[in-house]
Amino acid sequence: MPDVRHPNYERTELDYTELLRRSSPNRTQLQDLNSEEMVLNMGPQHPSTHGVLRLELVTDGELVIEAIPHLGYLHRCFEKHAESLPLPQTIPYTDRLDYMASMNNNLAFVMGIEKMMGIEGKLPKRVEYIRVLVCELNRIASHLIAVGTFGLDIGAVTAFLWCFRDREHLMKMLEWVSGSRMLYNYIWIGGLFYDLPIGFEERCAEFVRYFKPKWRELNDLLTTNRIFVDRTANVGVLPRDVAINYGCSGPVLRGSGLKLDLRRLDGYSVYPEIEFDVPIGRGEMGTTGDCWDRYKVRVDEVGESLRIIEQCLEKLTKAYPRGEDFDPQALCPPKARPKAGEFYSRAENPKGELGFYFITDGRRDIPVRCKVRAPSFSNLSVLPELSRGILIADLVAILGSIDIVLGEVDR
Amino acid sequence: MSAALDISAIAALLEEQFGEAAIVASEYAVRQPWLEISPAYLLAIGQFLRDDPRLYFDYLACLSGVDEGPKVGRIGVVYHFMSIPRLHRLVLKCFVSREIKDGTLPVLPSLAGIWRTADWHEREVYDLLGIRFADHPDLRRILLPEDWEGHPLRKDYVNPDFYHGIQTEY
Repeated sequence: MPDVRHPNYERTELDYTELLRRSSPNRTQLQDLNSEEMVLNMGPQHPSTHGVLRLELVTDGELVIEAIPHLGYLHRCFEKHAESLPLPQTIPYTDRLDYMASMNNNLAFVMGIEKMMGIEGKLPKRVEYIRVLVCELNRIASHLIAVGTFGLDIGAVTAFLWCFRDREHLMKMLEWVSGSRMLYNYIWIGGLFYDLPIGFEERCAEFVRYFKPKWRELNDLLTTNRIFVDRTANVGVLPRDVAINYGCSGPVLRGSGLKLDLRRLDGYSVYPEIEFDVPIGRGEMGTTGDCWDRYKVRVDEVGESLRIIEQCLEKLTKAYPRGEDFDPQALCPPKARPKAGEFYSRAENPKGELGFYFITDGRRDIPVRCKVRAPSFSNLSVLPELSRGILIADLVAILGSIDIVLGEVDR
Repeated sequence: MSAALDISAIAALLEEQFGEAAIVASEYAVRQPWLEISPAYLLAIGQFLRDDPRLYFDYLACLSGVDEGPKVGRIGVVYHFMSIPRLHRLVLKCFVSREIKDGTLPVLPSLAGIWRTADWHEREVYDLLGIRFADHPDLRRILLPEDWEGHPLRKDYVNPDFYHGIQTEY
């Protein structure tokens, strides 16, 4: 048996367990606990934490006194990488932020650079409609995961399997578009990697026809399901002012009853030309801002995304059809070098407001600073607030309803 | 609901409230105009921005740490605010000297008591750029391991050769 340990392992005199403890110590010390309290460690490998999140729970029997999230297990130094690479080369890294919705990440990043370079609004309409189309397809895929795993977390396995079955169609279509299943690098500065493949519009329309009844069916399975409602209604109620104060965005904020959607508010790309509603939580099954409301907002958003896709397809086949002379890379600058300055670009991702804050010096292709404002990061920060005095089983429901993706929390 | 204010109106309100000394620099001629304020006023201005009914900045969208490098010698934080009812936005900057003297990090006041968003974002700035936030409720590293040495987004950061006996660069 060969020695599989790292050759440098011998350098340390410390015990490996001790090193792990030092790198991520619990915040709660033994002497802080009352006699009936216990620290329970949930994660980083627990499936219901949706990735590598560690929750340090101070429990009293089944009750959670306090939940303390420990992050960073998936930290891949995005910002450090972005400060050492030319801007177009960072786009593949943005894929890996929220890897459930890579198209949306691409779009948010690219829009910021385009605005800094002053080429936004000059892009061909076909490029813009394709961007919106793929982003909305990706939004559905992301919400399918959110809804499916939320169901799974609280015991509904069928919904999960149905969601993943339908998500697979979306993954295959986006793979057809970009060549990659999840990490697309499809939206480029000033254009797209390539035009849609021939026959894509038809297949997409076919998917919409297939998916609409399937989505209703899935909706029937969960939305009014007695067990599901009992587990989610009046659980994890997030009041609107708390949500705003914690910087929540996306379905979490809208679930608390605030109609705030950056697609509407900022009206970026061609969203002002498209009709869609912004669903919000209304407390139909319990209190406004509970887990059920956040779930329902996602379900309704999938319906709105389908509407947007239909309108995009209509435009892409009639008003802006494919042509011999259409080059999606025509406006792609050979070198993306914005003038010296700074810009905060934001877009509505499936999880919420994704922001990029760029600082450039105008002399190099490499930005001086590229900060990511990840929606899941701020959304997750509200978890300790929501989890005081609840049951451990409800904590799982709350975490599922917030819908985090650790790729973007840890960056 | 009153109309959205532009940056010069916001600056005028701040000057009226805190005097000329509060705003140390500003730039209006760019796409996203900004104000730079003195760290001594940061906490009071933060409270005023949120509580004044004319401003009502209830949403702290983003908080980014910025290191301007050893040549300029400044490090600081850029705040992006939005007011949800008024729909106006504000970019606020606050800079201090970036020097670490005898292991003491540069200090800025914490806004976590006003916007809870600042809590985790300030921890991130502390972790990656090494700014200490005074009166922060729980200032620990957030993304890097607790026993990591140094702050990687500082411009003069040098990678350590080993972490827990594991070589970091190949």
